[in-house]
Amino acid sequence: MSRLNDSNVLLAHEIIERYPRKKSALIPLLHLSQEQNGWVTPEAMRHLAELLDITPAEVIGTATFYEMFKFEPVGKYVINVCQTMSCALLGSDGLMHHAEQKLGIKAGSTTEDGMFTLEPAECQAACTEAPTLQVNYRHRYRVTNDSFDQLVDDLRAGNLDGEIPPHGTLGRNRQHIPAEKFVGAPDPDDVSDGPVWIPVSVGDDS
Amino acid sequence: MSSDESNATEPVDATHDDAGHAEQGEEVAEQDVADDVEAAEEPAAEPDPNIVPVTLNGREIEAHKGELVIAAAERHDAYIPHFCYHPRMKSVGMCRQCLVEVDTGRGMQLQPSCMITVSPEMKIETESPTAKRAQEGMIELLLANHPLDCPVCDKGGECPLQDQAYSHGPGESRYVEEKRHFEKPIPISDLVLLDRERCILCDRCTRFADEVAGDKLIHFTQRGNQTQVMTFPDEPFASYFSGNTVQICPVGALTAEPYRFKARPWDLTAEESTCTTCSVGCRVVVQSSRDEILRYQGVDSDPVNHGWLCDRGRFDFEAVNSDLRLTDPLVKTEAGLTPTSWNAALNGAARLITDALAAGGPDSIGLLGGARGTNEDAFAWAQLADALGITYRDAQLGDGLPASILGLNRATIDEAASASTIVLLGPDIKEELPVLYLRLRDAAVEGNSTIVEISSVDTGLTRYAKHSLRHQPGLQADTVQRNSELLTGDDVVVVVGRGNLAESPDETMAALAAVLDANPNAKVLPALRRGNVVGALSVGMAPADDDHDGLATLRAAADGKLELLILLGADPLNDCPDTGLARRALAGARRVISIDTHRSESTQLADVVLAAAAYGEKSGTTTNIEGRVTVLADKVTTTGTARPDWMMAAELALMLDVDGDLVNVSSVDDVTAAIAAEVPAFADVTPAALVAERNGVLAGVVAGTLSDAVSAAGQRNSYDHRLVVGRKLYDRAIGTAMSHSIAKLAPGAAIHLHPLDIDALGASVGDDLQLIGAQATAILPVAANHAVPRGIAWAPFNQDGSVIETLIDATASVTDVKIEVI
Amino acid sequence: MSTAITRDYTPGFYEGDRPKVVTSRFEFEDSHTIDRYLATGGYDGLKKAIEMGPEKMAGEVKASTLLGRGGAGFPAGVKWGFTPQGVWPRYLVVNGDESEPGTYKDRLLMERDPHQLIEGCLIASYAAGLSQCFLYVRGEMPLAHERIATALDEAYAEGYVGKNIMGTDFSLDIVLHWGAGAYVVGEETALIESLEGERGMPRLKPPYFPAAVGLYGQPTIVNNVETLANLPFIASKGSDAYTAIGTETSPGTRMVAISGHVKRPGVYEIVNGTTTFRDIIYGDEFCQGIRDDNELKAFVPGGGSAPWFLPDQLDIPFEGKEAGMAGSMLGSGAVMVMDDTTDIPEAALTLVRFYAHESCGKCVPCREGGTWLLRILERVCAGHGTDADLDQILEVGQSICPGDMPHAASERLGLEATPFPYKMTTICFVGPSAYAPLHSALTLFRDEFDAKVVPAPKRISIPVAVAGS
Ligand SMILES: Cc1cc2nc3c(=O)[nH]c(=O)nc-3n(C[C@H](O)[C@H](O)[C@H](O)COP(=O)(O)O)c2cc1C
Ligand code: SF4
Ligand code: FES
Repeated sequence: MSRLNDSNVLLAHEIIERYPRKKSALIPLLHLSQEQNGWVTPEAMRHLAELLDITPAEVIGTATFYEMFKFEPVGKYVINVCQTMSCALLGSDGLMHHAEQKLGIKAGSTTEDGMFTLEPAECQAACTEAPTLQVNYRHRYRVTNDSFDQLVDDLRAGNLDGEIPPHGTLGRNRQHIPAEKFVGAPDPDDVSDGPVWIPVSVGDDS
Repeated sequence: MSSDESNATEPVDATHDDAGHAEQGEEVAEQDVADDVEAAEEPAAEPDPNIVPVTLNGREIEAHKGELVIAAAERHDAYIPHFCYHPRMKSVGMCRQCLVEVDTGRGMQLQPSCMITVSPEMKIETESPTAKRAQEGMIELLLANHPLDCPVCDKGGECPLQDQAYSHGPGESRYVEEKRHFEKPIPISDLVLLDRERCILCDRCTRFADEVAGDKLIHFTQRGNQTQVMTFPDEPFASYFSGNTVQICPVGALTAEPYRFKARPWDLTAEESTCTTCSVGCRVVVQSSRDEILRYQGVDSDPVNHGWLCDRGRFDFEAVNSDLRLTDPLVKTEAGLTPTSWNAALNGAARLITDALAAGGPDSIGLLGGARGTNEDAFAWAQLADALGITYRDAQLGDGLPASILGLNRATIDEAASASTIVLLGPDIKEELPVLYLRLRDAAVEGNSTIVEISSVDTGLTRYAKHSLRHQPGLQADTVQRNSELLTGDDVVVVVGRGNLAESPDETMAALAAVLDANPNAKVLPALRRGNVVGALSVGMAPADDDHDGLATLRAAADGKLELLILLGADPLNDCPDTGLARRALAGARRVISIDTHRSESTQLADVVLAAAAYGEKSGTTTNIEGRVTVLADKVTTTGTARPDWMMAAELALMLDVDGDLVNVSSVDDVTAAIAAEVPAFADVTPAALVAERNGVLAGVVAGTLSDAVSAAGQRNSYDHRLVVGRKLYDRAIGTAMSHSIAKLAPGAAIHLHPLDIDALGASVGDDLQLIGAQATAILPVAANHAVPRGIAWAPFNQDGSVIETLIDATASVTDVKIEVI
Repeated sequence: MSTAITRDYTPGFYEGDRPKVVTSRFEFEDSHTIDRYLATGGYDGLKKAIEMGPEKMAGEVKASTLLGRGGAGFPAGVKWGFTPQGVWPRYLVVNGDESEPGTYKDRLLMERDPHQLIEGCLIASYAAGLSQCFLYVRGEMPLAHERIATALDEAYAEGYVGKNIMGTDFSLDIVLHWGAGAYVVGEETALIESLEGERGMPRLKPPYFPAAVGLYGQPTIVNNVETLANLPFIASKGSDAYTAIGTETSPGTRMVAISGHVKRPGVYEIVNGTTTFRDIIYGDEFCQGIRDDNELKAFVPGGGSAPWFLPDQLDIPFEGKEAGMAGSMLGSGAVMVMDDTTDIPEAALTLVRFYAHESCGKCVPCREGGTWLLRILERVCAGHGTDADLDQILEVGQSICPGDMPHAASERLGLEATPFPYKMTTICFVGPSAYAPLHSALTLFRDEFDAKVVPAPKRISIPVAVAGS
């Protein structure tokens, strides 16, 4: 199934509602489609274009700008080894080399069993815990060759299933705004007044 | 300098502001304003508030308020190199080529001149060492990944990258790394190819697609050094305006299939002209090499096309070079139509005229056409008709609106595109008058105008309309009346044309009358499609009354009342919505003279065929929808012995020994001058004025009144569908059909129904359906179309395999069809 | 695994005997829950703010001189005042895209104390009259997403967010938005583009100053996560309590991440303006010196974009102006330390690669120049470079940053400092950032580059015979 499934379409509408302009929901919806399929399929992009009233070219234009979206199938686990300065200073090169050997693939490719995709990555905001990597964007800190082997074995054995969902899932929960508490997101063109709590002069002193 | 930018005009804001104030965000104290007003009353030199004094390369110059530095500098002969900046699109500051040094009081700073507006006392250095170093550096970086395949590049010789590398580049590349590689040109549509290696990512084509055309089908994809322009896979750049991207591409990344490898720019000679493919009248340059037209490029005419063209207008030059051109006059012999000499042909034609006059008098001759030629062509033939007393005449064949709308308070295109409310009655402007569509779309997108559309089906502008009111054919006037509150205001323009060829024009006229009832001040822009229809009607080809118009003429012919039918570039079998009538007319007219450029079904039925010079082969003038008269270039020699229509009329006048000016004209300028002398509305349109005014001369309007058309449509039987027949940009019209590059883009015949109606019929998309009308039955495949409301059947006019026209009865107010699955 | 981590639920964070403004709850394992938050004074700042009214609250923030923590260090209160009169609606966009090399603080704040951030958003929106808030979180931070999503659901349920907050007429939606991996999106105008569903390509300022023309063309306040996380403290304790910490020009505290070759790399909340780099790198309560007691070779004082400092600069305090005069900047509060075993060209390569890879592609100097620099440097590091390549680096750099480049003083080289900032031909700082570290490395450690290259083959110039001579 490549288009969003019915429950995801409902979710998509809920997400779109939160933005004053529909197209703002594009990146969240691309994530949603990637969560459903593991990668961003052409059919999904067409479907998002329909939902957001834009062209498929606009969807692919935005989608391909961002690193996290994959346009062909990837492994169940995408392992990103950070290569930027802090990690490099503490041996990420060696770690990458070891990872390639352990998985038997070159960085940038996927194991034959479809379990692992190995990628070089840029700074993961964990610089003090170098060298780091992410599995489906979940951090692992101060990774050694041994702890890498352990990680791969654990993933293979399913020991980390509770902690690390398959590729595509960002947070395992999402924000839900209760309808009765939702203030709403009118198009800015339809708003001319300031918020009610603001006395007219505030914010007008510049 | 490339022609696309030479006529840049920045809108000048006329708001009252002291030129001594910073132009943004600063308040002008009320007292200041009062002082200024007082001061302004004295003739003493109060500085013009729209002039901003700045220093450019040490010179004091006067810039316009709100003007970009790059535009001000260029107006004062300081050319700043640039690639992404285009005066008709929003600046993005992407290529960084236009960096100059600017001092606004905080010291010299490098700034992109395409993003900075002038401010008083600004100092600009476009050639300082720092600016030059930055410009050279940018060229070097741009060339780093450029393939430098100039010898085999279409753009070579007219390439801004090449030119600016020469004028502003470092003269040497130190880039020794391997260049980026992409597959060499890939088609991104049927007309345009993209070479990503040459692309410098200036965002012009993508901005054009988004901002100007509204067809966001090409987009940047990937990021950083991998960025490229692409379409979505399997979703080509099928825009009616795609050719413009080729013209504005500052390198050879985008090339047009019809021109590729045809010529080197330095072999081309060029002349300015006007496109007559439709009646918007876009300014073009016609370019040819070795006496063959090879390319049209848009010229920036401020009141009309802003430099843009539609693809139909841009690429239909192929028709001029077509093998099906008539090269010599033909006369019917026992062996069929055979080439002959002009003398013999004109004598033959003169004899047919004298015979007809003798047999039935002037009322037994009909003259149809003129809308495809020049003002001079139409005028000369109308003069001949006048001299002979011919009353059956029309430039339209039941496919337009009564000529009386030309007598209304006419709006210009600029007025329409700046009206607070634009009321659309009728046709799909995107399909019929594409560049007018761009102007109106822009007005709506920029938020200047509100569009109120009153039509039977969705159109290209529906997306941009604030109010889109759908009506069943026959109920347009009623819909107008019920929504008259949307039509009020001082500044309302009605754009009116023929939205439905299966509906009587009376219906449209009744709707127009209702609009003018609701708002008598509204101005009217006639949206009649054919190239010079307004000109032809204005200079004498309008019928005197409804009983002698195009349909009446055809009817008279069909009834055997016409001895002679003269077709002046008219092709009733393709032009008249009621093809049954057209067929009967051609069969019923005793003799037919056809003056045409190409062989057509109608020429095949003629007794004498006079080969006419085509667009680009003759000079003269044309008149667009707003009445703007502009000149046409004769760029190449005519095909064979073909000659302009007006010349044939003049020669016939001599042969027939008629009175009037016609016998005295010896050049096209004489005819132009005669029009100015004879046609009151064209009094100002003298040959001299046309030379002086680059954007042409607006003809006047001779006020007329609207006849009281009334809607006569009855109720639709709920089992039937009410038929709407409309035009698509690409159809079987000669210019399109004879241009192989665009002919293939015609969608083909089909009947379009709302998907739910298809379900209700128990049919599936693609099935052949039987359409049963009052006078005929037709079979067409069905297409699903959300733009078509339920209960309506829509079909494109004049497509290959088209049979829908047989269902149209020109005398009926609407056409209902019963649709059955077979 | 190092044993030095004090709390395994706040990896890398070390508290200390210093004033805490934004990390006060980090000691609790459940610091991210609303129960803990409310039990430790949570949402008191919001209550205070509403008592004060928007005008007074905005005044407090102005008085606190709270400096932006995203990189530019612009005072938040002043920025809020830049919104044009009478233009509504206005939006708040929270910059949680933390991806500057070396930077690690916003993620901790989002994961460990999401309610504090939410309260900060509420206070800012209340004070500046912002009608909707978008919390843009970097895509590669799922834990932050989960924690913020939960916290927002809790806050909505408890009436702290949404319609009629705490029964007042103050209403605000906070929408959690996900990024998808693009460093440049951290730049505020790119962030706005991205939030509009577009490619994250920066807009040119002027005219696109977010405070005037931002999200959907409306006035928009963009603030960093850490900046906003300071607001509950300022609202509840007052600007005086805040300015009592740090210095006059740099009040309060700052989160700083120190990575690289130190004994105890970590994230510390330090007192702003007074703590020196020597304190941070060598102090006992901080990093405790260089690993293996090696010599310090150089350090990056403010994130990957910053020109480098040498041991000569150790006594400069963590203060924006002083760092600027000394030839660099504090940026996002990220110090990367290199000891004397570091291969300098290789270290520079990791940053050049980063910025070349992260170019959005809009500006030619960044798109083409960044990649060109990378290619040359790769060649040099692989031992295939020539001395001409090193000059070429400086030439290409001139096309990105014309004129003098800032750099640190060096006693060893007899160099005077050239103060920050540089001139640039690009829209944003990504292009210059590909060059700045390389320029530092090449200027301060030319010998290490020289050691990797061979002399360029001489260009043979054939003399042109002039007729008659
Ligand atoms: C290339 C670039 C990347 C940036 N990345 C970030 C970032 O990841 N997080 C951040 O908060 N600010 C980042 N900034 C700074 C923002 O543009 C902006 O100044 C900041 O979010 C404003 O918030 P503040 O005033 O609270 O610091 C970046 C700036 C640039 C030029
Ligand atoms: S400097 Fe680089 S990242 Fe920044 S806008 Fe320009 S191209 Fe994009
Ligand atoms: S023309 Fe100004 S940046 Fe391209």
